[in-house]
Amino acid sequence: MTDRDDVKARIFNLIDQFNKKGVDVSEDTRFAQDLEWDSLTVLDFVAEVEDEFDILITMNQQAEIEKVGQLVDAVKDLAE
Amino acid sequence: MNGSGDLFDKFDELIAVRDNLLATGVTDPFSLVMEKVISPTVAICNGRETILLGTYNYMGMTFDPDVIAAGKKALEEFGSGTTGSRVLNGTYAGHKDVEEALKEFFDMKGAMVFSTGYLANTGIISTIAGKDDYIILDMDSHASIYDGCAMGNANVVPFRHNDVEALEKRLKRLPEDAGKLVILEGVYSMLGDVAPLDKMVPLAKKYGAMVLVDEAHSMGFIGEHGRGVCEAQGVIDDVDFIIGTFSKSVGTVGGYCVSNHPKFEILRLVSRGYVFTASLPPSVVATAATSVRKIMHAKDKRAHLWENSRTLHKGLTDLGFELGTKEPQSAIISVIMPDLEKGAMMWEALLKEGLYVNLARPPATPAGMTLLRCSLCAEHSSAQVQEILGMFERAGRATGCID
Repeated sequence: MTDRDDVKARIFNLIDQFNKKGVDVSEDTRFAQDLEWDSLTVLDFVAEVEDEFDILITMNQQAEIEKVGQLVDAVKDLAE
Repeated sequence: MNGSGDLFDKFDELIAVRDNLLATGVTDPFSLVMEKVISPTVAICNGRETILLGTYNYMGMTFDPDVIAAGKKALEEFGSGTTGSRVLNGTYAGHKDVEEALKEFFDMKGAMVFSTGYLANTGIISTIAGKDDYIILDMDSHASIYDGCAMGNANVVPFRHNDVEALEKRLKRLPEDAGKLVILEGVYSMLGDVAPLDKMVPLAKKYGAMVLVDEAHSMGFIGEHGRGVCEAQGVIDDVDFIIGTFSKSVGTVGGYCVSNHPKFEILRLVSRGYVFTASLPPSVVATAATSVRKIMHAKDKRAHLWENSRTLHKGLTDLGFELGTKEPQSAIISVIMPDLEKGAMMWEALLKEGLYVNLARPPATPAGMTLLRCSLCAEHSSAQVQEILGMFERAGRATGCID
């Protein structure tokens, strides 16, 4: 079992490292529109998340994830 | 919800970036016209004689007399085009001959020619990796590789550029019995850096993956026989598919895949990028076949191209420019610019000096960089390379890019 709060804290910590515009982050924050990440930044960030949790997030799965909260849920499922 | 219903609204941001750039009065770097082409290294642009340093014409074959003669002969004898698919009426003697030339060049059993390099990548990748298979690719891969992934149904996993450890971590996480394809490039075209294929290819094999290497920017001059980085690093026998193009060293247009896979020929019937498009014109395959066979024996040209690359790299470094690689790894030397505006100013200053280079900008470039990408040709004389360095020095000082 992976604790959702723990997953969330670790993901927020990773987002911080890529959040160059200093946007306030919540579970409703959208990666493209709110954080203004381009496609290459997203790939870089996802690679960090993969290594943090020792999981694979395929580009096909990424396409379904728009908001931070959705990523937390997806990672929690994948890490179990 | 977007109110206006104009499908072009999504381009507004890009239109604004472009307008702002042109408003500074700079020449549009993306609509240059070559009015006359004099040789592989010189053209007339805006009425001015210009040295070409951004053409990928690595081996300078575009005006080779034997190549031109072969093209003319095929044009006369076979006409201007095939008007058909390779699998219907579009395979002429010349198409089979250029495939033979590729088999000789790479010493491989199978060769398939596509109408462009883009189609070779999309046509092969989208076909061989299917649902439930995995593609592991370098994050800095060319658009045609990403598009090939997007067109297929495989699970796609990128890893950080040239990072051997990142590749292994991902290979380890894959289901053991899944089909796996690792996609790498020999030379990455934006910074001109070379992949550590000697480490990555054996790693992919260790985890049971097939390996596809795009050697578009290395074929012709890297490796003893010019077969690419996989030859130079001694792993070509473990590479399952090499993808390449006729639009760089070979000097015309077209793409190909070579392979020793025993079932390779079936791809001719199932690859949509091969089946559902017209084949190359007879003159093009004739020029390509002649060029490929000449490049095979062009040892002196390869040596001169490397000398040019080393001279330009050292000269630009000494002038104080920041380059994409610490040492020359290929025939691409990338000059890193502080931002798009400065890059466009420098690009224009070079053009006024009589030098053409490529201005490359995001999203084609890694890490949001603006690059002045220079690609050398075996036909650049040593004197031209010195002339180029003088142009960079004057333009660099005029724009404040160097002190």
